[in-house]
Amino acid sequence: MNDSKNEVWITGVGVISCFGEGIAPHWETLGAETAPEPVIDAERFAPYAVHPLPEMDWTRQMPRKDMRQMETWQRLGTYAAGLALEDAGMKEDEELVSTMDLVVCAGGGERDISVDESILAEARGRNDREMLLNEKLPYDLRPTLFLAQLSNLMAGNISIVHKVTGSSRTYMGEESSGITALQNAAARIAAGQSTHLLVGGAYNAERVDLLLSCDLGHYLAKDGVKPVAERQKDGGGTVLGSAGAFLVLESAEHAKKRGAKPYARLAGIESGLGSRDNQETRERLDGIMERLGVSPSSTTAVLSGATGCADVTDLEFEALRRRLGMDVAIRSYTTMIGNPIEANFPFGVALGAAALKNKSFYPSFEEAEKPVKVPPTTVVVSTVGHYLGEGMALLEQIA
Amino acid sequence: MSENYTDHMGRPIVVVTGMGVVTSLGKGKKENWEKLTAGQSGIRRISRFPVDGLATTIAGTVDIIEEGEESAPTISYAMANATAGEALEEAGFGTDGFPGPLFFAAPPVELEWQHRFALLDEMPGKEPNYDTLLEAARSSDHSRMHHLVQLGTIAFKIAEKYKTQGLPISLSTACASGATAIQQGMEAIRRGETGAALCVASDGSVTAEGLIRFSLLSALTTNNEDPSKASRPFSKDRDGFVMSEGSAALVLESLEHAINRGAKILGVVQGVGEKADSFHRTRSSPDGKPVITAIKQALEDAGLETGDIDYINAHGTSTPENDRMEYNSLKNVFGEAIHEVPISSNKSMIGHTLTAGGAVEAVFSFLTMSEGLIPPTINYETPDPDIPLDVVPNVARKAEVSTVLSNSFGFGGQNAVLVFARDPA
Repeated sequence: MNDSKNEVWITGVGVISCFGEGIAPHWETLGAETAPEPVIDAERFAPYAVHPLPEMDWTRQMPRKDMRQMETWQRLGTYAAGLALEDAGMKEDEELVSTMDLVVCAGGGERDISVDESILAEARGRNDREMLLNEKLPYDLRPTLFLAQLSNLMAGNISIVHKVTGSSRTYMGEESSGITALQNAAARIAAGQSTHLLVGGAYNAERVDLLLSCDLGHYLAKDGVKPVAERQKDGGGTVLGSAGAFLVLESAEHAKKRGAKPYARLAGIESGLGSRDNQETRERLDGIMERLGVSPSSTTAVLSGATGCADVTDLEFEALRRRLGMDVAIRSYTTMIGNPIEANFPFGVALGAAALKNKSFYPSFEEAEKPVKVPPTTVVVSTVGHYLGEGMALLEQIA
Repeated sequence: MSENYTDHMGRPIVVVTGMGVVTSLGKGKKENWEKLTAGQSGIRRISRFPVDGLATTIAGTVDIIEEGEESAPTISYAMANATAGEALEEAGFGTDGFPGPLFFAAPPVELEWQHRFALLDEMPGKEPNYDTLLEAARSSDHSRMHHLVQLGTIAFKIAEKYKTQGLPISLSTACASGATAIQQGMEAIRRGETGAALCVASDGSVTAEGLIRFSLLSALTTNNEDPSKASRPFSKDRDGFVMSEGSAALVLESLEHAINRGAKILGVVQGVGEKADSFHRTRSSPDGKPVITAIKQALEDAGLETGDIDYINAHGTSTPENDRMEYNSLKNVFGEAIHEVPISSNKSMIGHTLTAGGAVEAVFSFLTMSEGLIPPTINYETPDPDIPLDVVPNVARKAEVSTVLSNSFGFGGQNAVLVFARDPA
């Protein structure tokens, strides 16, 4: 079926991170000659650091009545989706959005921390804790909170606010959900099962409940202000970041027909899963790059969503250098924006698309990162999940 | 590729070669089918946790955990493990691995109260808040608890155990998830990406908080008196759905792949339709347009007309709104002829298995065709005059069924419709 494959173009990008909103400002800041200082809040959740959201005026992308139905996580995604649609010139184009497919990578929504803590407080003195739940939850939980917690309701809100109503699919599985979302989205366009779609996700790092679910496995960095590679020496760990990243993907034919300007071609995505045993991980990462068909070249650079978790981040960097050469320019964008879990991979693809469109690349985000000699025409985006699952995308410049 | 292996649009024909199912009626196809066609209900009084003070006290729980922690992730995994195993055994795949990817309709899992309380108890004397829970997390290793509450874990474990290919896909389209898992497997085969796909759906999330959340949305029946009578789809006195647990697994293959390895063909996944609704977070568009579009698309995708459909496996949740909306949408597509097509709701007996629903009902749809027996809609004592359907009331019916249309709708504007056939065209 290879001969009939459609080219997959990225024609719209919408991002939010600690650096602000919109892909153009992100490129200006992160793509400047010298890297900016990352925005990190090391106080609020100490000993954990997070990359916080910028100040947001949510009403710029959603009506107040809808905004009130969502918690931050869903607002972030809905907002970033709106930015991507705007960037692609599709926003409020009813014909285009009503036939547009929606693919979202999502985790779970937020909990009501004050309700949880009031139950914890009462639980201290009681042996009948199950009864306590029955006494409290029916009265203290906001009925609509459930809708802010369901994984697929970010997609539901995007359909409601932006009227994207072709089909709607939500993928889960932490960082790997971003990989499967993009992989599936690209495959559908390549095979002609979709002509244009909106794909991405968002993550709100500023939540104690999510910090908890990560650190149960001791995955969080205790000294989160150091860049990703440097952090390895002190035991590593991931630093969560609030972010949203959505992309508009189109078949080249569909984009050309409506005169849309592409950022880049999404030439391939490969992924894998298996034990995190060193040797098996090496083999899997090598296999991914083999299938992706990448080779050493002065015009290939890498954007890595390295989590910073010890061992696996070293294995990722080693694998990239083994395949692409010791001098390959690797930029761990997680040093700058943190790890936005589900949005990790889409964010990397967004940054790659911006670099290729601007025919330039990012400066070193930390000392260990090698400079680029010439602007890359090919960008590899790599995400290796903090816990399981890994994938890489190949982006190419469109001449 | 031989022409005999492709459908009316030149795509690979997608067949089913293995199935597994677990519901509140029992474990495995045999037990489920016997009870389902006998009109038995799996709904019972909840015994997993106290129900004092709760508006709804019944559910279709599956008690599958014999020892160890009983929580949404452990129950969901145990059921998925059982159904995937049953399906792969029937399809004749040994322990060497499965030659395709896993598409897994995953339930919402998160840290549960039992975990929060356990963490709290590790820190006596400390303030009862999240900072203390975080301190407990830092103080000792809780990797098991971490893995348990990651949304990708169940799929990762199933993929590892049954050696499926590549990164498994965990997905959610709320109560349409089971249908979406089948749809995704079918699409991957149609793209020529793979010759086989393992599609599994599982939901074991009857916890106190899970039940209360649905209750607060007024989605659940409060007809607690006789649990077996609570779910009454299409009846005038229906008042909400029954929250249930269950899992189903289907092995999909291209017809060519199945024939080449000499597999027995259990049925065909012939068409799919999907349309998102932008009307409301929990309610469908009043004009039913998205559902109507999804049904029409599914028929067109299958290359069939309304007159070709022998039986409809309804979403039929037993909520006042769903059943009325489902009827109106079907009537819009089928016209008056809808009153002649038998349609039944498995949920009258097994309740709403949420994430798993579309897949569980797909397994029952294939059994309906192979056994020539339509499961009834039980508790149909007071027909709703506004829904004059042939719901196969109360007693199973023998019938030659060669095509089935199966509806699945979910919160968030999710609508997925599948068309199944008994034999490759």
